Amino acid sequence: MFRLVRPAIVLFLALTLVTGVLYPAIVTGFARAAFPEQAQGSLMRDAQGRIVGSSLIGQEFGTSDASAAPALARWFWGRPSATAPLPYTALNLGKGTGSSGSNLAPSNPGLLDNIRARAAALSAADAAVGLVRAPDNATIPIDLVTSSASGLDPHISPQAAEYQAPRVAKSRGLSTEQVMALVRKHTTQRTLGVLGEPVVNVLELNLDLQSATTSLDPRGSR
Amino acid sequence: MNMLPSMLGFPAMLGVQPTLGAVTLNGTLQIALYLLVLLALVRPLGWYMARVLEGRPGSAPLGMGAALGWLERLIYRACGVKRSATHGAEEMGWKSYALGVLLFNLLGFVAVYALQRLQHALPANPAGLGPVEAGSAFNTAVSFATNTNWQGYGGEVTMSYLTQMLGLGVQNFLSAATGIAVLAALVRGLARRSATTIGNCWVDLTRCTLYILLPLSIVLAAVLVSQGVVQTFREPAKVALTVPLSYSEAVKNDAGEVLKNADGSDQTRAVEVREQVIPLGPAASQIAIKQLGTNGGGFFNVNSAHPFENPTALSNFLQVLAILLIPAALCWTFGEMVRDRRQGWAVLAAMLAIFVPLLAATYASEAAGNPRAQSALVGTPSAADGAAQGSSSARPAAASTRAAPIVQPNMEGKEARFGVANSALWAAATTAASNGSVNSMHDSYTPLGGLGPMWLMQLGEVVLGGVGSGLYGMLMFVIVAVFVAGLMVGRTPEYLGKKIDPFEMKMAMICVLVPCALVLLGTATAVALPEGRAGVSNPGAHGFSQILYAFSSAGNNNGSAFAGLGANAPFYNLSLGLAMWFSRFWIIVPVLAVAGSMAAKKAAPTRAAGPASDADASLRTGGTLPTHTPVFVLMLVAVVVIVGALTFVPALALGPIVEHLQLSGK
Repeated sequence: MFRLVRPAIVLFLALTLVTGVLYPAIVTGFARAAFPEQAQGSLMRDAQGRIVGSSLIGQEFGTSDASAAPALARWFWGRPSATAPLPYTALNLGKGTGSSGSNLAPSNPGLLDNIRARAAALSAADAAVGLVRAPDNATIPIDLVTSSASGLDPHISPQAAEYQAPRVAKSRGLSTEQVMALVRKHTTQRTLGVLGEPVVNVLELNLDLQSATTSLDPRGSR
Repeated sequence: MNMLPSMLGFPAMLGVQPTLGAVTLNGTLQIALYLLVLLALVRPLGWYMARVLEGRPGSAPLGMGAALGWLERLIYRACGVKRSATHGAEEMGWKSYALGVLLFNLLGFVAVYALQRLQHALPANPAGLGPVEAGSAFNTAVSFATNTNWQGYGGEVTMSYLTQMLGLGVQNFLSAATGIAVLAALVRGLARRSATTIGNCWVDLTRCTLYILLPLSIVLAAVLVSQGVVQTFREPAKVALTVPLSYSEAVKNDAGEVLKNADGSDQTRAVEVREQVIPLGPAASQIAIKQLGTNGGGFFNVNSAHPFENPTALSNFLQVLAILLIPAALCWTFGEMVRDRRQGWAVLAAMLAIFVPLLAATYASEAAGNPRAQSALVGTPSAADGAAQGSSSARPAAASTRAAPIVQPNMEGKEARFGVANSALWAAATTAASNGSVNSMHDSYTPLGGLGPMWLMQLGEVVLGGVGSGLYGMLMFVIVAVFVAGLMVGRTPEYLGKKIDPFEMKMAMICVLVPCALVLLGTATAVALPEGRAGVSNPGAHGFSQILYAFSSAGNNNGSAFAGLGANAPFYNLSLGLAMWFSRFWIIVPVLAVAGSMAAKKAAPTRAAGPASDADASLRTGGTLPTHTPVFVLMLVAVVVIVGALTFVPALALGPIVEHLQLSGK
């Protein structure tokens, strides 16, 4: 037994050094040299150099509260987010919260309440700009009413973007075609045509939309 | 605006399902491509690993020996590993081997526990996190030492960079190396004749780490960084939000009590939020080994659903490939090491024969979606009848006049970039292997979609399973299958030319039954105790599923969860911690005992005439059941499935099956 103790301790320390110090150091060094942007969170800055977001981490533009919806009609809404205390909370050390899914079971009535509330908010946003849909809410793409796994999903499906394009266009005084051109610009197709799903980056789209609206129609800007 | 439906690509109006819903051609193609790439890599990697496990100290193929041989020799010198003329390094009997492995893993447990408890006083903690609570630290230390990587904590709010790297990251390597080492010892035991030793555990642990896990991890981590997985020691980034947010929160006094208004309602205040804080850290290096070592413990709370852990379709493909890569390739390694490759293929075929149908079932169920979610959408008042908004009494009548729901997939708890196909593929792969990482939230899966992953764990993590542990678990099932087949045809059970005696059968049965007992007894205890029931977050049958899933995961060293379960509580931290510990080491010891007893055996008497090294000869002798044929593969599948079904169908009937009936019924 005791002749096993020394090699166990020495080997443990040696491999800890190799895999716990050397290995992350090598990877960090490589990352800093080859992919500095990606390694540090794919952060985006505005003209003043302020960090306005990460292209990989979503921000809240929508709501599940119908009364708050009209004010947000001008933005593309992302996936509902179940993080606390606010949607898309990536880190809140004070409250000890970060990325999170809803973990609601398909049989949980709370899930259905969330879906209904979100759909009602989408309808209220439509109503605020005088948009009437035919025939009804059954056409809402499911990803607009179901919360993402991370609570930080930066994407929606192209269907979800197309669904919102007329509303956003109306509220900004743009044509649906102008808005759809921006949607297409921020749509990523499947990798190699096979892997993953086609997606639209909501934050990038909204930032672009904001600057496009400012340049096309000065009255429409915030 | 009437052109909307057709413009949106929703041919559902015409009676055709939309592209989002149901099983799609592309989804099937992605899964087929995945299996193809996996199978194509089995042989080269399996060959390489066999060379590593059979090689002498300081030598390894593909130039790895030249690159790292000096380090390996240096480690042996420091450890005092003695040289031997026959094997390169002095070998051990099974008892020393087992004791060495146990000691080594005990050190891992102590180190992870200590790091968590002391992280506030140690460097590389830019977020200034405090010590981890004792119960949670115990659970996590067991979890990472046993290759389970059950995540009872949220990484970004609990673990400092140092704890992640030096504690969790290191265990990701070492627990995985332990699995491969134990497998190597077992395979040597099967391959050798009249031998007293089964290898040297220090040599196996070192070589697995240096030559297998480290190079693969470096390559994978490099690609992951290119996709956007973070790798930095900077503090969290602060982002100016485009749209400021606000919420109201209860006002509390210093004692933490909520203050009341005069009318008895809670006092609230509005909190304005103009900033998003984005956690960073050395994630890529950890995620690479988390997948390759079938560990699964995430850097962030939501694991590989987090955009910083798994940002793109490519990172997802590589990560899910890494989950099954080593377990699958080890089957080839096994065939090489026993000098009969067909034996490796047969075991891999049996694994895939169970894996693929359960994967298909999970995908189909998720693609078909949640019928209630679809009806809820139809039942929602739309802008067209704004007057009905919020009035629930008007809803049923309105709903009846509307169109039937469109089939949309179950996207609750899934990421848009992965969709249903990649989420289902991951869920099946991560539970087939004892990985346990997730790229979607299994708790929100449809009942049958969640049943597949749950049952894959309950089968004992032998369908591919953990690195090393999956195959050694499966070889225990092989012993049982050989024994059962022997009884059926009335012959002495033999495997690879050696007789299976009662001792091996007893050890194999321990390996088969320990996880079953841990899962069922653990679940029963949790359901019976108020502390256990308190963790449940979903009502009805699904609540039971949450508990069953947790013990299935811990009792089989998987680590995935129905994450709504409030498992970071004293009861679960302790009970799941114990389940993980027993499940790991009560199997490793009997497996090594089998290795020792098989190594000591001579060739079986039925083939006494054959040359000792030629296992093939025994398979041609009429007396024994060949173990590489489709018939035997079927036999093996049947044994695994029957044990799994007999043990768990009653429990599954109370959880996912009831929930399914409730959901699909009106």
